Amino acid sequence: MDSEALERRFQARIDADERIEPKDWMPDSYRRTLIRQMAQHAHSEIVGMLPEGNWITRAPTLKRKAILMAKVQDEGGHGAYLYGATETLGVTRDALIEELLAGAAKYSSIFNYPTPTWADIGAIGWLVDGAAIMNQIPLCRCSFGPYARAMVRICKEESFHQRQGYDIMLQLSRGTDAQRRMAQEALDRWWWPSLMMFGPPDADSKHSAQSMRWKIKRFSNDELRERFIEFTVPQAQYLGLTVPQGEIDWSEFRDVLDGHGPCNRERLAARRRAHEQGLWVRDAATAYASRQAARKMQAAS
Amino acid sequence: MSAQFQADAHFRYVLRLADANLVLAQRLGELIGHAPALEEDLALGNVALDLLGQARLLLTHAGALEGQDRDEDMLAFLREQREFLNATLVEQPNGDFAHVIVRQFLFDAWQLEIYTRLGASADPQLAAIAAKGVKEARYHLRFSSGWVVRLGDGTGESRARAQQALEALWPHTVELFDADDIDRAMLAQGVGVDLGAVQAAWNRHIDTTLAEATLTRPADRPWRWYGKRGQHGEHLGRLLAEMQYMQRTYPGAAW
Repeated sequence: MDSEALERRFQARIDADERIEPKDWMPDSYRRTLIRQMAQHAHSEIVGMLPEGNWITRAPTLKRKAILMAKVQDEGGHGAYLYGATETLGVTRDALIEELLAGAAKYSSIFNYPTPTWADIGAIGWLVDGAAIMNQIPLCRCSFGPYARAMVRICKEESFHQRQGYDIMLQLSRGTDAQRRMAQEALDRWWWPSLMMFGPPDADSKHSAQSMRWKIKRFSNDELRERFIEFTVPQAQYLGLTVPQGEIDWSEFRDVLDGHGPCNRERLAARRRAHEQGLWVRDAATAYASRQAARKMQAAS
Repeated sequence: MSAQFQADAHFRYVLRLADANLVLAQRLGELIGHAPALEEDLALGNVALDLLGQARLLLTHAGALEGQDRDEDMLAFLREQREFLNATLVEQPNGDFAHVIVRQFLFDAWQLEIYTRLGASADPQLAAIAAKGVKEARYHLRFSSGWVVRLGDGTGESRARAQQALEALWPHTVELFDADDIDRAMLAQGVGVDLGAVQAAWNRHIDTTLAEATLTRPADRPWRWYGKRGQHGEHLGRLLAEMQYMQRTYPGAAW
């Protein structure tokens, strides 16, 4: 079959809502798009551990500390799971991580914002995980099987995280003046970046149309953003907090994406430091494993 | 011995166990997101979560024994450094991965043997906590001793780092087995465990694993510093300043 016929058959399968599996034929561009998107998603989980990890040692109660530790753990687990799903497309996790550390791969820009107060942990759970869920629920029906299945599992945990984040905000909003102020300032900080998580306006979104045809994407950026706002504004009202008014500043979005956000350098530096400081550890594990294998061979001969 | 001493000893005995878990969980919590590889990040996070869970149960129990209405958070966040009764081993800074692993290994082997015996404690609440903890401790020891072997029998560098960590942390193990009045009173009541028996079992874990790791057991040196009596070095103060920051800054607020 020539490639045009293969592509037609591929598109017909997608149109019939069939799942594409790793061993199935797929166009190179479909494969590349998925690798890019899934790797970005995996990197986002890993980098996303940092702003929240910032508060593990200072969580205000032991219960909150345990919940936060478990949440950051879940994110690491999501990262591992998504790297695994991406590997089914013929890349290795090591290669993807090298790209991240080289600054060649993107991750969600939201994690380039800082978490100066405890309320930021609430706001991240409520808004950032809330926005992530809006983006990810349609992905549970994504045409690529391993990604769709990963998302089903991840969405369950994310909605749990979102409720925990809202619960932090609720507690703050019922607290002292200082706590209410902390909550409002966190909302002010995270509102616009959360809206930017849905990506540029539809008119400027370069990957959208093809991804829609491939059913990697099911709703447009603006549709999902509107749905998030409708969902979230009443929640803010219930908390007695004021949602910032105005328009999204897309120049800020582009600046942060280009590496000029408040914490871009720190985030990447933290990942690189962990990787570099871990080199001798990984070398030791490799050396030990090969020595063990040699010992087994010797014992067998 | 007076009833007052007995009650206080029981409270402090449980608090020593609670604080060891809490302080080590806090140290491991510093590492989450920064471990040498994703799998180790997840594993160390799991250990931290287990230890924090045990700390919460033990602190709550200690609070009940004390009878002064102090809950887990009041005990964790509103005590001074000298009131913390953890062994100094667990407050040592993370340092490199070899220090993290060796500290964990020395601790896990001790905790496993403590919990194994506490399962038969005359304090039913403590026995229940230990019965839950022993399963976790067994898994933690498998993880940490596995890494001690890989580091010791890995590369020249990993071996040197592991041996160095062992030498640095070894003196802090002395107090783990040095029974004092509180330990003796609790053993006599059937609440506590025999530290001599714990030490013998601990030695077997240590010697077996160190042999497999081709590491050398450090010589015992005199050491008279007892975290379990509230005598701490310079590290715990900073750890507490960070951990207690929110409760100290916003007294009385609910979170």
